[in-house]
Amino acid sequence: MAYSEKVIDHYENPRNVGAFDKNDPSIATGMVGAPACGDVMKLQLKINDDGIIEDAKFKTYGCGSAIASSSLVTEWVKGKSIDEASQLKNTQIAEELALPPVKIHCSILAEDAIKAAIADYKTKHAK
Amino acid sequence: MNHFELFNLPAAFQLDAAELQQRYRKLQQTMHPDRFANGSERDKLLAVQRTAQLNDAYQTLRSPLSRAEYLLELRGIELAHEQTTLQDPEFLMAQMEWRERIEEVDDWESLDAAYKDLQEQMRDLQAELEGFLAEDANDDAAITVRKLKFMHKLHHELERIEEQME
Repeated sequence: MAYSEKVIDHYENPRNVGAFDKNDPSIATGMVGAPACGDVMKLQLKINDDGIIEDAKFKTYGCGSAIASSSLVTEWVKGKSIDEASQLKNTQIAEELALPPVKIHCSILAEDAIKAAIADYKTKHAK
Repeated sequence: MNHFELFNLPAAFQLDAAELQQRYRKLQQTMHPDRFANGSERDKLLAVQRTAQLNDAYQTLRSPLSRAEYLLELRGIELAHEQTTLQDPEFLMAQMEWRERIEEVDDWESLDAAYKDLQEQMRDLQAELEGFLAEDANDDAAITVRKLKFMHKLHHELERIEEQME
């Protein structure tokens, strides 16, 4: 199967690979996995007191499309408020990367990783 | 006719692999397209189709994971093409740790140790799955099947490394 140029670019030069300290209160961590292919994705957001995402890092074990989806998402969410970020849809990711139908689940994984991270942030700051 | 009925076996997770293989071979002989070499085109086509179905059924029932998935499908839970994500942080953290460990496998000793630990965890999950399926706890069984799929992926990764080392 042929990958699109954008997927190859993100796959060969992934942006923002790495991790933050998950115990830092400004860090939100989202972990998700896709049972269909066994891919796992960890997305971390650094969120300031105004609820703006200042930085993002990811670690993904999976195919090129899964890595590209998470890499793209880290670029997209930077500078966004958590409300804006939570409205990001997998279809936007799939469209940007020109993902074929069999790889749509990779974009779903990335969308769900953002949601899981934001949920983690809200739990951390609920008290 | 479902896959279990095809082999005249009860629709259960527990299954005698030797018995399944024996029944498969017998059915294979009776259905073999060569037996219909002098038959009509329709007979030949039918024999080919039935052989394909038989092979598919055998492959599905032979592996415990696909057997469990098929059994759940018969019970109304479709897992094969699901796109929902798993969000169990503890399990996923363990998956991340597994991936990191596999990345560091660089000799036969660390490969063997990884295989051994992984197979042990897979056996535990499979025993858990067997219990859930026997009790008709289908939602719990589905969760365990999903987890086993991740473990199988790790197993494939180890096999890939093993091939590279040979």
